[in-house]
Amino acid sequence: MLTLRVNGQTHTVDVEPDTPLLWVLRDVLGLNGTKFGCGIAQCGVCTVHLDNRPVRACVLPVGEIGNRAVTTIEALDEADPVVHAVKKAWIDLDVVQCGYCQPGQIMAAVGLIRSTPNPSDEQIDSAMSGNMCRCGTYMRIRKAIHQAAGDVA
Amino acid sequence: MTQNAPNRGPHTGRRGLLLGGGGLLLATLWPVKGLRADAGMLVEDSTAPFAPNAYIRITPDNRITLILPNIEMGQGIYTSSVMLIAEELGVDLNQIEMEAAPPGGGAEITGGSMSIMTEWKPLREAGAAARTVLVQAAAKRWNAKPESCTVESGTIRHLSGLRLTFGAVASDAAKLPLPKEPQLKSAAQYRLIGKPQHRLDSVVKVEGRAVFGIDVQIPGQKIGTVAASPVIGGTLKDFNRDAAMAVPGVVAVLVTDAKDAVCVVGDHYWAAHKGLMALHPEWNEGENAKVTTQTVYDQLHDGLKGPAIVPTSKGDAPAIIAKSHAHYSAVYQQPLLAHSTMEPINCTAHVRPDGCDVWTGTQVADRARDTAAEITGLPKEKIAVHSQYIGGGFGRRLEHEYITQCVQFAKQVPYPLKIVWSREEDITRDRYRPAYVDEVTAGLDEKGHVTAMTHRVVGPAVVARWDPPELTKEGYDEDLSVGTLITPYNYPAYRLEFARREAPGVITAWWRGVGGTRGLFVVEGFIDELAGRAGVDPVAYRREMVKDNPRALAVLDRVAKEAGWNTPLPQGRARGVALQFAFGSYMATVAEIEMPENNVVIIHRVTAAVDCGQVVNPDQVISQIEGGLIFGFSAALYSEITLKDGWVEQKNFNTWRVMRMNEAPRRIDVHLMESSEDPGGIGEVGTAAAAPALANAMAAAQGHRYRTLPLLSPRNLEKEAAK
Ligand code: FES
Ligand code: FES
Repeated sequence: MLTLRVNGQTHTVDVEPDTPLLWVLRDVLGLNGTKFGCGIAQCGVCTVHLDNRPVRACVLPVGEIGNRAVTTIEALDEADPVVHAVKKAWIDLDVVQCGYCQPGQIMAAVGLIRSTPNPSDEQIDSAMSGNMCRCGTYMRIRKAIHQAAGDVA
Repeated sequence: MTQNAPNRGPHTGRRGLLLGGGGLLLATLWPVKGLRADAGMLVEDSTAPFAPNAYIRITPDNRITLILPNIEMGQGIYTSSVMLIAEELGVDLNQIEMEAAPPGGGAEITGGSMSIMTEWKPLREAGAAARTVLVQAAAKRWNAKPESCTVESGTIRHLSGLRLTFGAVASDAAKLPLPKEPQLKSAAQYRLIGKPQHRLDSVVKVEGRAVFGIDVQIPGQKIGTVAASPVIGGTLKDFNRDAAMAVPGVVAVLVTDAKDAVCVVGDHYWAAHKGLMALHPEWNEGENAKVTTQTVYDQLHDGLKGPAIVPTSKGDAPAIIAKSHAHYSAVYQQPLLAHSTMEPINCTAHVRPDGCDVWTGTQVADRARDTAAEITGLPKEKIAVHSQYIGGGFGRRLEHEYITQCVQFAKQVPYPLKIVWSREEDITRDRYRPAYVDEVTAGLDEKGHVTAMTHRVVGPAVVARWDPPELTKEGYDEDLSVGTLITPYNYPAYRLEFARREAPGVITAWWRGVGGTRGLFVVEGFIDELAGRAGVDPVAYRREMVKDNPRALAVLDRVAKEAGWNTPLPQGRARGVALQFAFGSYMATVAEIEMPENNVVIIHRVTAAVDCGQVVNPDQVISQIEGGLIFGFSAALYSEITLKDGWVEQKNFNTWRVMRMNEAPRRIDVHLMESSEDPGGIGEVGTAAAAPALANAMAAAQGHRYRTLPLLSPRNLEKEAAK
């Protein structure tokens, strides 16, 4: 039995400690906003926050999380100005297409703006290149991050 | 508008759509090829049984629901379909609720860029027909003439100021006969069409609430992951069931009747995944274990000689070429491609003695139902297919073999079974965009202008497997004509040939813009070569050839102007142009690039001019072009599925490279042309433009041309190094 802090709640889960966080979120806790894409930290669709920093849930064994706080797309706090600005920019610019990669993109973008409040194109590219989008929404993601960063500033 | 996530529990089939009370239910047949779109339109009292497959439902409490069979894969089709109906019905977008229709009359196929092209008229007519009877019903109640009524935001107003909501007259309207030819608005009257509308599915997707097939949660479900034979036609030889069952959380090991796939089921994916590793399946690989990439290409090159089908011919092109001042030939080669949709293949099924529910993302809901009926032996009415959001289609979800596979496993267990393929399974057991070899030959006059053209395509006929009746009598797959037979250029003489070669050891399938993507890389590359030989600027050379085609000329001129074609380039940069008529739309594209090294391409700027007829939702057209271009650039630069001993060599995103943000264009500018022509397709248009524009820019940058895709393949780069 393992104890996890997810979205402000404490959960006790009966899984092997090597189980990646992704599968505990999705298949044990029923939090399906975090997606599966590759399982090897290549695509970023599984991005969640661990103590407010973006991490790849598909390669993070739950046994290594300890007391750190996990936040998923479902619990991004709308009252947080960065979260609000990012979601608003995404909707204003109609970034999404199929939408499958977008929870991961948004988690990564929120993490980026928190650590780099006014990112350049190069900083956006380097922070976001681990988040693939097969539909090719990169142009709008870049724009949305600039817009969100501007709104927060 | 609210997006009903159609994640219903079992036992809600089509009857779930029936209303308890009165109301207007306007049913229409979703437009399909060969069916007159208006043939099936009827109004029914909502308690009657029905067979059509798209509906407008208005209940007395004034709830307006659209039930559409189209599946949202990202192209924004929900939004544009809703706009078409809402425009004529006279309601606001935020007054509408959506539901996905259950499989109906064999029409639920979303693909081939056809959605807006096929829906354009019927959906507006459906909206107009409903509006007409609603107005008549209101007018009757007021003893007034319908002409004295207007409609706005779901309310009917009379000149006198009287008002009734749609809901208030819905039951009366349901009893009126539908107009045969409902009056449609003129373009000048549009309030929605042509004006940018936000996507209706943005919010649920941004908040992570959109339910994709992989997200379905059915009470009691277990999760399985699959290994199918890595070589087509292989069967299971051996596996370690005990080791798999010993993994904590593993509950079952299931094998298909044909022994071509095995599934390990667990309480969660990780248990199933570890179980599958422990199971360690081994295979009798069979005949196809000999197949390599070279086998595929050899067989294609073989088709360049010998007999071929001639789908079209104008004049005696070979004879004209032989007599011409000069002639010139080139051979182009393109690889097998995987789809690798961001959402890996998955399906959930619950098979019971009295029925079967299937939850999945599919572009072919009716095929999903039929395969489930066949495997379970249940009648079709006992199968309910619940279509979910699709995490990328690109043609992959026009296949339904994963649904067949899921039901085969699910019928062996009492619980709902969700199968999720690993990314490795998704890439190595894909059905691939075919490899092709094309040879083009032009006859040329003294100035280097084309006197005649012949074009031989060698490759599979995808339609022969996918929809056999669509193969022509001669054995031709008309998809191959896109961008090849239909070009903006009116060659004086032309001959198209097709030599069919089915790739051994692979199953080939549709892929975003398949025919056009293949055809345009060849045609537009070759036209560029001819311009180079003639010593004429590539835009000027094309201009001359399309001077009698005003729509083609207009997009070409526009893109040249917007891209600054005639302005000097910054140091180290090069431009390439491509022009196309494909999927009913015209497009011209200019790519501006830099190659600091032979294997590095920086795409600085892409400019496109698009004439896709009447635009329904302009910003979404732009979004599709942007995404389509990036999808196409990704494939053109990096993508090739290779085979060794029958096994696919690319396994995950570390070996199957997909364009990332740092490699994406720095800038894409899409210019839409004003047009009142019927809408053309758009989802595949950008993809088809990408490879030729990029290859032409790279040829300009490097001074020589790669005629083989992908452009940055080891094969091309080795040649480069050998220079
Ligand atoms: S699923 Fe975690 S990075 Fe791809
Ligand atoms: S929106 Fe489809 S993968 Fe990004």
